[in-house]
Amino acid sequence: MELAETKTQENQTAGIGQYLLGHLREFGLLFALIAIMGFFQVVTGGTMLKAINITNLFLQNSYIIIMALGMLMVIVAGHIDLSVGSVMGFIGALAAVMIVNWDWPMYTAVPVCLIAGGLIGAWQGYWVAYWKIPSFIVTLAGMLVFRGMSLWLLEGQSVGPFPREFQALSTGFVPDIIGSGRPNVTALGTGIIAAVLVVWMGLRGRARDRQYGIEGEPMLFFTIRNAIVAGALIFVTYKLANFRGLPNVLISMVVLTVIYTFVTENTVLGRRVYALGGNEKAAKLSGIKTERLAFLSFVNMGVLAALAGLIFAARLNTATPKAGFAVELDVIAAVFIGGASMAGGVGKIVGAVTGAFIMGVLNNGMSIMGIGIDYQQIIKGLVLLAAVFFDVYNKNKQG
Amino acid sequence: MNTLLEMRDITKIFPGVKALDSVNLAVREGEIHAICGENGAGKSTLMKVLSGVYPAGSFDGDIVYDGEVAQFHGISDSESKGIIIIHQELALVPLMSIAENLFLGNENASNGVVQWQKTFKETERLLAKVGLNEAPGTLVDSLGVGKQQLVEIAKALSKEVRLLILDEPTAALSEADSQGLLDLILELKTQGVTSIIISHKLNEVRRVADTVTVIRDGATVSTLDARTEDISEDHIVRDMVGRDMAHRYPSRKRRAGDVLMEVKDWNVWHPEHAERQVVQDINLTVRAGEVVGIAGLMGAGRTELAMSIFGQSYGHNISGSVEIDGKPANVSNVSRAIDAGLAYVTEDRKSLGLILDETIQRNITLTNLPKVSSNGVIAEAKESQVAEKYREAMNIRTPSVFQKVTNLSGGNQQKVVLSKWLFAEPKVLILDEPTRGIDVGAKFEIYNIINDLSADDKGVIMISSELSELLGICDRIYVMNEGAFVGELTADEASQERIMSLIVTN
Repeated sequence: MELAETKTQENQTAGIGQYLLGHLREFGLLFALIAIMGFFQVVTGGTMLKAINITNLFLQNSYIIIMALGMLMVIVAGHIDLSVGSVMGFIGALAAVMIVNWDWPMYTAVPVCLIAGGLIGAWQGYWVAYWKIPSFIVTLAGMLVFRGMSLWLLEGQSVGPFPREFQALSTGFVPDIIGSGRPNVTALGTGIIAAVLVVWMGLRGRARDRQYGIEGEPMLFFTIRNAIVAGALIFVTYKLANFRGLPNVLISMVVLTVIYTFVTENTVLGRRVYALGGNEKAAKLSGIKTERLAFLSFVNMGVLAALAGLIFAARLNTATPKAGFAVELDVIAAVFIGGASMAGGVGKIVGAVTGAFIMGVLNNGMSIMGIGIDYQQIIKGLVLLAAVFFDVYNKNKQG
Repeated sequence: MNTLLEMRDITKIFPGVKALDSVNLAVREGEIHAICGENGAGKSTLMKVLSGVYPAGSFDGDIVYDGEVAQFHGISDSESKGIIIIHQELALVPLMSIAENLFLGNENASNGVVQWQKTFKETERLLAKVGLNEAPGTLVDSLGVGKQQLVEIAKALSKEVRLLILDEPTAALSEADSQGLLDLILELKTQGVTSIIISHKLNEVRRVADTVTVIRDGATVSTLDARTEDISEDHIVRDMVGRDMAHRYPSRKRRAGDVLMEVKDWNVWHPEHAERQVVQDINLTVRAGEVVGIAGLMGAGRTELAMSIFGQSYGHNISGSVEIDGKPANVSNVSRAIDAGLAYVTEDRKSLGLILDETIQRNITLTNLPKVSSNGVIAEAKESQVAEKYREAMNIRTPSVFQKVTNLSGGNQQKVVLSKWLFAEPKVLILDEPTRGIDVGAKFEIYNIINDLSADDKGVIMISSELSELLGICDRIYVMNEGAFVGELTADEASQERIMSLIVTN
């Protein structure tokens, strides 16, 4: 016992340096994103942070981020899903056929598409969870099957355009209900409220931790981190307010991110998924229905891939046989850049979303600079490797 | 007799911890030298210094081997001098044959082409030397742990071993296999092989060791010579823990209440080989407050019996009934078994009991998350209170419950596993080798926990390969052999001889 006490004291005095070392990854990711944005802001002569470009960043990356949420859960559960790009393309095609060719109303077509996504997930999850076929193989098969099915559905043609209400899924903006539209008071107000909410919840969490004697992060870091996040929120909404306001997709993205963060960090379900990925056998012997959880993580992924497919089709205003091609690689890369472990059991929603933004900003910035697709691929590949190397290096140093 | 190895004033410092503090060790040529100490005393660190895992220069002090100061920079350096370590976790490739394993990294090859005839012949010679009657082409996977241990020793012999170091060689072995292994070490001694054996099993140490060095908290406490004095187990224990341990097993008021659990006509078949029956017509009762032991050799079917009762986690075609509190219990899957009041503490805590990369807190609450949550949302404050409660009650030595369990010693990990199962609020706990691989002090604490459970009117079923432990703890002992119970003894009737004879005669 004596030993334990002296150690706690040591921890307290070691303080800030120790804390930074322990949480290098989280801060590193945030600073990397800021540094990359700053870099492009300078080299593109200020184009990066223009209102229209920020709006574009969200529109361009929304479907990646939405799928990264589901992919994080699949990867934490110890699996992988290579089929999301194909599923996304297939659902976009399905929506186009239903809405454009068959004249189905959107309010029927969208739920049907989401259910179809869930069924696709259930199909893949069934083989992975109950027959123990490696997810790599099942979803590799799915990648081919659903790519083929969208080709078949579209008969190799592009199908479009969509009615206006469907396009609003992606390219619509929240109307300014308070002000006159420019600057968009609703957007700015939402940003300020969100910023206050983030700081308030952070403070409340700290107070609760202290009450139970849990050692939180040092005040200095808490302040810096919250200042950056709150500042970024207000800055971004201010920019958006000076363009067309809050994009609809941004709202759905934020709502989903909050929900998934809560589910993974605060619920019994989330905890059990981490346990499953951390040690499947031990989880099973602790009374956790591991098969059902793995199955559900694929169903969830299917629904999110379907949503992403709808948003993507709405944005392009057409369904093409190539939609979603190789997108799974961006999604998986985002999750690993965000600190998830290939072995399962480790990873955070915030990390995956930040990882997706890093990929998105790289794409966007390099495109503005006019860098060719060849160099873009090389750079993105190296960033992925560097991020994971950073993880491994840190782990070795600690171990 | 010459001194083969002398380690002088070895000091090894890790960031923040002095793992070894001027340790001295002298091993004479041709002797069997035992090193005893609690877990975390520094035994493994010392052996890593010796074998070059921690290269020369990363520690202070000298290693004098065969009369000259040695500078080992890696395992290959020490191996080339004939120092071979066999670790607790065996380093064999399961899906390769015995022959391939023996010569892994040391293949009989000319110009990179393996000479299979020579390899097989050589393998046969080595297997004969260790008394293992298996074909060289047999997959290591299909051998039991005891035989795998022999393969490891044969592998050491293939490298012209002079100093053989065995780290807990009998930890995973049955009584009979352990005896065989110890005989082999004695046999090698007559052929001139010097051995260092690290062991928690003091009766084995007494049997084979010529010299015993006891290490405590990174320092040499004593060196005892078995040839000049009679070393008692109590003496070794006293030196290891630094205090007198009059009783290795804490006493308990023996008491047995009403029948708590009854298993009737339990039969289990092997999950892969459907024709092989693993558990046969088992009838078992546990009373409230009773500690019931199951004795038997490795492979007798004890773990299989326990796991099949616990939510059919093992086996195929399971038949029989389980009653708890006089009512039929549904134990058809793990969560139902937990709900029925069962808990199973696995023999393999690292791969089946714990999520090593998670915190102590999260491991403890995993079996009963609904209890610390409302509407599916975990109340973290409640959760840490629970974890703190068990940390204190179980005396888990850790700076905080937010430590990852991988950083804990074996004994403390075992306490986390026990906490986790107590949190599930069971009526009957099945403990499978609860003290395997943990030190004497922690064992004593585990026994105390078992006594507390009994006082709390819980039923305890204890599976152990250490007969003395069963005799010291249990009220009643079932003896199991080849899937069936071959005898039942009360604490007063039971003795090591009676249990062994029941096993042998059936």
